[in-house]
Amino acid sequence: MGSLIEIRDVSKLYLRGKQKVEVLHHIDLDIAEGDFLALMGPSGSGKTTLLNLIGGLDLPSAGSIVVGGQRIDQLGANALARWRASQVGFVFQFYNLMPTLSAQRNVELPLLLTKLSGVERRKRAAIALQLVGLADRATHKPTELSGGQQQRVSIARAIVSDPKLLVCDEPTGDLDRQSAEEVLTLLRALNRDHGKTILMVTHDPKAAEYANSTVELDKGTLVVREPA
Amino acid sequence: MKYLHLVWAALFRRKTRTFLTLVSIIAAFLLFGLLDAVRASFEQAGQSANGAQRLQVGAKLSFIQALPSSLEAQIAQVPGVKDVTFANWFGGAYQDPHNQVFSFAVAPNYLDLYPEISVSGAEKKAFLATRSGALVGERLAQKFHWKVGDRIPMQSTIFPDREGNKNWTFDIVGILHSTDKKSGGFFDQMFLLNWKYFDDTTPYNQGQVGWYVTRVTDVKRTDAVAKAIDALSANSDHETRSQTEQAATANWLKQLADIGLIVSSIMGAVFFTLLLLAGNTMMQAVRERTSELAVMKTIGFSDVSMLAMVLAESVLLLLLGGVVGLGLATLLVPAIGAGSGGMLNLPTVGASSWALGAGLMVLFGVIVGAVPAASAMRLNIVDALRR
Repeated sequence: MGSLIEIRDVSKLYLRGKQKVEVLHHIDLDIAEGDFLALMGPSGSGKTTLLNLIGGLDLPSAGSIVVGGQRIDQLGANALARWRASQVGFVFQFYNLMPTLSAQRNVELPLLLTKLSGVERRKRAAIALQLVGLADRATHKPTELSGGQQQRVSIARAIVSDPKLLVCDEPTGDLDRQSAEEVLTLLRALNRDHGKTILMVTHDPKAAEYANSTVELDKGTLVVREPA
Repeated sequence: MKYLHLVWAALFRRKTRTFLTLVSIIAAFLLFGLLDAVRASFEQAGQSANGAQRLQVGAKLSFIQALPSSLEAQIAQVPGVKDVTFANWFGGAYQDPHNQVFSFAVAPNYLDLYPEISVSGAEKKAFLATRSGALVGERLAQKFHWKVGDRIPMQSTIFPDREGNKNWTFDIVGILHSTDKKSGGFFDQMFLLNWKYFDDTTPYNQGQVGWYVTRVTDVKRTDAVAKAIDALSANSDHETRSQTEQAATANWLKQLADIGLIVSSIMGAVFFTLLLLAGNTMMQAVRERTSELAVMKTIGFSDVSMLAMVLAESVLLLLLGGVVGLGLATLLVPAIGAGSGGMLNLPTVGASSWALGAGLMVLFGVIVGAVPAASAMRLNIVDALRR
């Protein structure tokens, strides 16, 4: 399969006061379409920064990022927002669901940016919830769900608009082992059965075992690349 | 509209805080509705079809300065003047100085110029024939349980009799009914006594007149007639100012108090406080859900849609409270009018008040939401997600 993501000579600088801090140094990376890649490394190694760049949440200081043939580092803020809405699903460590909305409404959120009718939105959200095994929790608010269930709602939200790419930042970091395994199994199923390309930041080697390949970052540099 | 549930959910994220803010907004717009009715009531004072035909001629210096009775014949000669009558302020109070009564000592033909005040022929005849006779407004009579034939004491807060006694006695000979609903509140509260009895009894008047009322033959010539009347006493010690009944009432009220300024000042203070309060609520509401806003931007909501949603939230907050507050005022104004026994003749909170109120609600919503909305729009996703 061809590359879905092509990262060329990407660097990222941050200003800390008057000091420039280079978080990523000249990264080159290709991620194949349909891959499930674990991005590992110690704290401060630049994993989340790289994930943010690939997900179009931030722009590189140098280099280019092409996702699905689209040079995303050259997009303006609005175009990037539209691109994220249609091409990427996000899963966060702390789920980041809207506490005032039901599971169904949370999952429906990305579909509000489409031209789908209310009926169609509800239908698709119900399918996504069914896919993550939470059809019977559609009317529950996040506070009425366990951590694992909340993360599955978050995954349903990420896939409801059918993006090619899922970026997951420590998706099991706040879960117990059993819930973590359920979430990882779900992600692997989305990768294998639905062809989603998944990029997952994790500290946990056990979580990385669910991925097809692993990339390690250390002090902003790509150090190891090995098949899982 | 498809974002409405998001806006609604955000608004009631902290129910207690939103409820308390709503109560403040309701109170502010309730006050706005009531005070606007008071302002409109003062603006409408003296406005009527019959009133448009009447000119009031008072002293130019002040409405408390009296005019000579000799002016009556001169005014009657002015071209365009159909009838002339006159009256004096009596300043009556019943039983207690707090029970102020709109009491006037009037010329025999006074009621001829006020067709909107109805009184039976027999009662009018009795009034003219009884030196101490009094005609009282319908609601005033109800208030103090007076009826025709009663002899009542009335204290003048200004005029004593020749013995220095301010307690007067009157015989009620008739009841006044208003035929004009708009100005009915005032006429139904009036107490009329004979000017001759008043002038003979108090040593302080000595044939003087408080003001003249004229009826003109052509309402289009009111200005010219007013100028001609004022020219009669130009450069004398009793120069006059003739004005339409509406203008005279407005000037008279202005000498008591500038209602427009008072209402504007009160509402200015109330709305300023409201802006601070609602602004603080919105700032807090947006600050505490920074990460939620960041997630929405991550998902793909644009900067402009974030700005619009926060602005919609603050406008909705103001609209909810404002509509309830103004709605309550709409219900309360007639109740207050009825409760005052006609003393307060407040106009209903009408379309213009609602339009102004709605405009203010939207404007305040935008002002209150501007800063938090701009913050939401400028929110950096990466920084916000790190928090």
